[in-house]
Amino acid sequence: MNIIWGIMIIGGIVYAALTGRMSDISDGIMNSMKDAVSLSITMLGIMSFWSGIMEIAADSGIIKSMTKKMSVIINFFFPNIPKENKAREYISSNFIANMCGLSWAATASGLSAMRELKKMQNPNEVRASDEMCTFLVLNISSLQLIPINIIAYRSQYGSVNPWGIILPGLIATTASTLAAAIFCRIRCRKQ
Amino acid sequence: MNIVKYLSELIIPLMVSTIVLNGLLNKTDVYESFVRGAKTGAKTVIGVFPTLVGLMAAVGIMRDSGLLNAIGQTVGRISEYIMVPGAVVPVMIVKLFSASAATGLVLDIFREYGTDSCEGLMASLFMCCSETLFYTVSMYCMEIKVKKTRWIIPGALFSLGIGTIVSIILCNM
Repeated sequence: MNIIWGIMIIGGIVYAALTGRMSDISDGIMNSMKDAVSLSITMLGIMSFWSGIMEIAADSGIIKSMTKKMSVIINFFFPNIPKENKAREYISSNFIANMCGLSWAATASGLSAMRELKKMQNPNEVRASDEMCTFLVLNISSLQLIPINIIAYRSQYGSVNPWGIILPGLIATTASTLAAAIFCRIRCRKQ
Repeated sequence: MNIVKYLSELIIPLMVSTIVLNGLLNKTDVYESFVRGAKTGAKTVIGVFPTLVGLMAAVGIMRDSGLLNAIGQTVGRISEYIMVPGAVVPVMIVKLFSASAATGLVLDIFREYGTDSCEGLMASLFMCCSETLFYTVSMYCMEIKVKKTRWIIPGALFSLGIGTIVSIILCNM
């Protein structure tokens, strides 16, 4: 991560110097910071809201019963998480929120899941555990079932069949998730 | 279209009301739980703010210097040989770093080639099966102070690669 971040900054600035866009960089940083603040303010509201709703769901037992329904999947990917661990609940609610396209709710439960997974480790450990890797790789493989944003843009730009993307989209995202699943299983077996 | 749109508009209110109603039926202190959860959420956002600033600075520099587009276009030129229109490849690469920048590129493609062209379709599919790898990894790992990400990035790139290949095959069918 350190290297990637460094390369992005230095690479960008060197490229700007070569193409004579140095002034864009200073403006760009200013604008990025403005965006970061406005995004954080939006996030502060939305994330608090979803975390609150998720907490109700957790306290009233919905998440527990959903976790039970999903336990086959969770056991398959995370065989080492103990049965009663909270991480299982957060992971299943993250997956469900992702599938429904509720990215904010997904972020809220995803971060909680990571914190629970961290508790299973030695506190001084800086390497990601197998569970963390599996969880993130599955997450990045995109679990969303109906790409509603893209459908909206397609219809806005005059597509005759904006929702025609659903089926191929589903195939593509299933393929990427399956690939992620296979990769994770192989990597976890190796150790 | 309308039914999908309607359903997707329905999902948030439906989910919220189901959760609250279920809480009430189970005699949970819904409001207290909500406030407790919201407090955790607010703390999380404040906690990730520095990470967010760092990420957005790096992505902003990459984007505004033109480096991100330059990389995308270079790879795009190479990809012309394997049946992939060059305009679409940048979408896949930019999407790893920034969803909004990728959306901008997709809209450009829609304007230039039309939504139902091969380019438009492929760009839409790329958006469906990818996720902002860079943000996700650093947000989640920074939150719990994990430094060594081990096989997260190779694994994620592998799955996105498969998604891309499948999208290309689907568009050429």
